[in-house]
Amino acid sequence: MLRLLRRCDGVGLGWTLVLLGMAVVLACSPARGWGQSECLACHADQEMKDAAGHSLAVNGEKFGQSIHGSLSCSDCHADVKTYPHPEKVAKVQCVTCHASQESELKGSVHGDGQEHPCTSCHGDAHAIFTKSDRRSAVYPLNVPTTCGHCHGNNGMAQKHGLPSVYPNYTDSIHGTALNKEGLLVAANCQSCHGSHHILSRKDPQSPTFKANIPNTCGTCHAKINVEFTEGAHGHAIAAGKMKAPVCSDCHTAHAILQPTEAKFRMQSTPICGSCHKDKLSTYHDTFHSQLGLLGGYVETARCWDCHGAHDVLPARNANSPIAPANLVTTCGRCHAGANLKFVQYQPHANARDRKMNPALYYVRLFMNLLLAGVLTFFVIHTILWLFRARMEQVRSKAGDGGDHA
Amino acid sequence: MPELAEAPQETRKQESGGGPRYIKRFTLGQRWLHAVLFTTFLGLAATGLPLRFSESIWARAMASFVGGFGAILFVHKFCAIVLTGAFLVHVKDIFTRALVHREKGVFWGNTSMVANWKDVKDLFAHLRYFVGLGPKPQFERYAYWEKFDYWAVFWGMLVIGFSGYAMWFAPFFAHFLPGWALNAVLVIHSEEGLLAILFIFSIHFVNTHLRPGSFPMDMVIFTGVEREDEFRHKRPMEFARVLRDGKLEARLGEKPQTWQLTFARVIGFTAIAIGLILLVLTLTAYFG
Repeated sequence: MLRLLRRCDGVGLGWTLVLLGMAVVLACSPARGWGQSECLACHADQEMKDAAGHSLAVNGEKFGQSIHGSLSCSDCHADVKTYPHPEKVAKVQCVTCHASQESELKGSVHGDGQEHPCTSCHGDAHAIFTKSDRRSAVYPLNVPTTCGHCHGNNGMAQKHGLPSVYPNYTDSIHGTALNKEGLLVAANCQSCHGSHHILSRKDPQSPTFKANIPNTCGTCHAKINVEFTEGAHGHAIAAGKMKAPVCSDCHTAHAILQPTEAKFRMQSTPICGSCHKDKLSTYHDTFHSQLGLLGGYVETARCWDCHGAHDVLPARNANSPIAPANLVTTCGRCHAGANLKFVQYQPHANARDRKMNPALYYVRLFMNLLLAGVLTFFVIHTILWLFRARMEQVRSKAGDGGDHA
Repeated sequence: MPELAEAPQETRKQESGGGPRYIKRFTLGQRWLHAVLFTTFLGLAATGLPLRFSESIWARAMASFVGGFGAILFVHKFCAIVLTGAFLVHVKDIFTRALVHREKGVFWGNTSMVANWKDVKDLFAHLRYFVGLGPKPQFERYAYWEKFDYWAVFWGMLVIGFSGYAMWFAPFFAHFLPGWALNAVLVIHSEEGLLAILFIFSIHFVNTHLRPGSFPMDMVIFTGVEREDEFRHKRPMEFARVLRDGKLEARLGEKPQTWQLTFARVIGFTAIAIGLILLVLTLTAYFG
């Protein structure tokens, strides 16, 4: 006690009294673990720092409301039993209580505990709230911001060569629904990636592994998942043909747009064309494409307007919108009055292919010969004339030629 | 629209007292026809080219400049309707002159647009003249290249017009066109359009306006009149015929006013400049 008082030399009278009181409490109840009030007597001071400058302050009120509010300090800070505290205080081990989360985290991309302590996502250790609490860092509406600390511009993730995905997400249809509308059901990071057990998309166990993506998105978009599974692309994925597209190949992973949006209509045809190269090339020859490429006019037929978006089926399948029996309906969606002869139009005709489109081939050949013939003749004619006329002009007027040679 | 020799009411004698005389070559109607033709043609070319070369960078820039594809298509269709109207008025006029007014020389003869044996001879003679193997042929009212210009435009309007309307009203045209024709009309429309653009903006511009004899612009299509010496030099056969028939007095016109010439120059050079820009864009897209 004397030693304690000696230590308090030069400290204000208030402090002395507080410490005295504490000492009394300690002396009276030596068997009990340290409660919040004893610790807060010092740690409530918001200026309190250790030698290295780290804050040692605790907001007692907030902590009391937090999910851990009913615990004693020493439940987590188990090695701090005496005062003065030991020279070295051990790190709090969340695993003591949260063993399953810890083991999930160990196997994940965030497994390195040094770089990814629990608090990097859950926030201030003394202010952790349940995830359904609006104040929680992992409350659905707060998840993107929390992840964005690292996965945004100039974030930690970029130092590891990972792209900045947070801005993409914020501008996406999911981000808008979440941030603007506050929809709790809108997909946030963990809806697709999980929380503790986040795996690389290269890991077959990951919900973002290519083959698993339809089911991941299908958690919310159930009907589309069924359509996709029944379509040609879904069949291919099921058969292990990993070149076939899944949701994210067309919609992207983070910057997902509303599909009716002009920007999406403009950007998506080349995506189909990255695999269906010959079809993209013949599509480019058509009015549909010429109209579409210029922008501002997004209504013209894009791939999925005719082929369907998720349940793409070959023309031989009777359910396909491009099955011969369905063409009048399909084309008629844009072309009022489409009839059986109208739908004989070939949206992928190739005028350079004599075997596939002979009539078109010869029409193009004729037009090209006409063009080349007329221009060749008249270019020669004009050049000869120019030289001759200039010669005549100079000869007759012996100078610049005057007005009319 | 009465033809020149039969239009004394439109022509006025040269005021007495010196200065060169001016001879009337085009009626007001013909000048208007040319004006409507080249304005709508420039409009059609400027809005058609971004479509034909929709993958090039300037196409998108041009499209966004006029307000995207919707605006481009609107302007294209608007010009097409005006041009179709002008074409129909012209055809009606020709048949009225030939069949109702019983005017001679519409379908044949020296003043007709229809090609004749002299045109074939003139073509070969002109080619020989180019390489210094013969004298310059003597041209009548319409020289062979002018007749070619006329019929190229005439045929072009039929072909481009028909294929254009077939695309515009495709479901209707599908009632009496085979299926492949719906594919073919785009090929025909774009190739024939390209030919028209390349021809007008290079061959017609040079032959009619930019060659040394007319440089920098032949004003006759704007003013309707040509100075007597120029007329005599360019169309000696017609001059001789008019003189022989004693119709020269009836063909005399007024000296163009300065404002007329200025106005015509501004319009004409603007048209030529737009045409040349479009020509360069076309060539860069075609060979780029």
